[in-house]
Amino acid sequence: MSSEDARLLVADKLSLNRGGRQLFTGLSFAVTGGDLIQIEGENGAGKTSLIRILAGLSRYGFEGSVSRTAAILYLGHQCAVKGMLSPRENLAWHVSGRGHYSTEQIDGALEKVGLYGYEDVPSHALSAGQHRRVNLARLYLSDCPLWLLDEPFTAIDKAGVSDQEALFVSHVRGGGAIMLTSHQALDVDYPLRALNLTNTGGDA
Amino acid sequence: MSALTSLEFCHRLVRRQLVLAVRRPIEIGNPLLFFTMVVALFPLGLGPEPDQLADFAPGVLWIIALLSNLLTSDAVFRGDYDDGSLEQLLLSPQPLYLSVLAYIAAHWVITGLLLALVAPLFAVMLNLPGQAIGTLVVSLLLGTAILSLLGCIGAALTVGLKRGGMLISLLILPLYMPVLIFGSAAVKAAVLGNPALPYLAILGAMLCLAVALAPFAIAAGLRISIDA
Repeated sequence: MSSEDARLLVADKLSLNRGGRQLFTGLSFAVTGGDLIQIEGENGAGKTSLIRILAGLSRYGFEGSVSRTAAILYLGHQCAVKGMLSPRENLAWHVSGRGHYSTEQIDGALEKVGLYGYEDVPSHALSAGQHRRVNLARLYLSDCPLWLLDEPFTAIDKAGVSDQEALFVSHVRGGGAIMLTSHQALDVDYPLRALNLTNTGGDA
Repeated sequence: MSALTSLEFCHRLVRRQLVLAVRRPIEIGNPLLFFTMVVALFPLGLGPEPDQLADFAPGVLWIIALLSNLLTSDAVFRGDYDDGSLEQLLLSPQPLYLSVLAYIAAHWVITGLLLALVAPLFAVMLNLPGQAIGTLVVSLLLGTAILSLLGCIGAALTVGLKRGGMLISLLILPLYMPVLIFGSAAVKAAVLGNPALPYLAILGAMLCLAVALAPFAIAAGLRISIDA
């Protein structure tokens, strides 16, 4: 497979202007299998805007183009967990419409995010961190090669963060790619690519 | 994991929406309660003469059905917008046209269908002649489905706004007018013993048009709301 074929996502000359402020200009990069990319930048640097553009949620208001060749799993700030549904139902009837999971697969994923025993509890009885964990269980179920994660560590405890880091490494080792925003330094035994939005203009 | 067909996904969405509604019975009860209250108020305002009530009944019942639909359509996408589910729906590989239809089908079941089923009771309260009750139910079944489809266009456009309720009314009420006119005309025709079928056929035609076109407008509205 040539490197052209292995590209999961290509961003070409992305520029974004919000409220008269130029957030980034001429941002070009390609994501290939095996990439673990951390988007860096202070608050308001445009990290979330960039992820939403890459995911395809923002379709207007920016310049440049994004071509996506792989299925994308996007986890945003909001965790898309319904309080009136149990964690199991939340995952089984998820609106992302990617696949049909068996109860065993769902329970297995919930166990991996530390929600063993909470499968049938109404989600509104769970804590904020547990809500996030229900959402993170989708990472274990997903077969999408490219993950776009916006602040995946919010409200997650230390043990949970290190579980996720291990999951990230196994995903990129398996040929997937991850782009994430986080203010936390990733503690992984894997070469990390950094995409810094504070000194934009050049290639990452 | 096995692949998910579009129809399976729609089935799953309808089930999800219905389970969510059943677990918050107030959402189902509110439109019915509204309907009951207004029907109970009309004899107090218009006077209790049975003949006069029967004259007004077709229009009154249809206006209340329209308003109770208007009240609930704001909520169709609101919850999913607030918790981020809507973003996930837009990114899903399934056709948004069908997903939107699934949302509307679930909304119609918990508002329009229920309303049409309890309407005979309210018709009796307003002294609507017995021969018109069948027509009332059929016209409400067809009409409320159109109202749900149209109302969701407004809901999709205003879901990103904090207080979109009033704006929905302004956007959507003009589109509701033809439904109200032909819906109440069908019931009036049945009251007078004239054939109601032509009016029902026009409602059916409007429903076909709305099913074919409204989901496109709703899908576009949702994409704009999420983009903003």
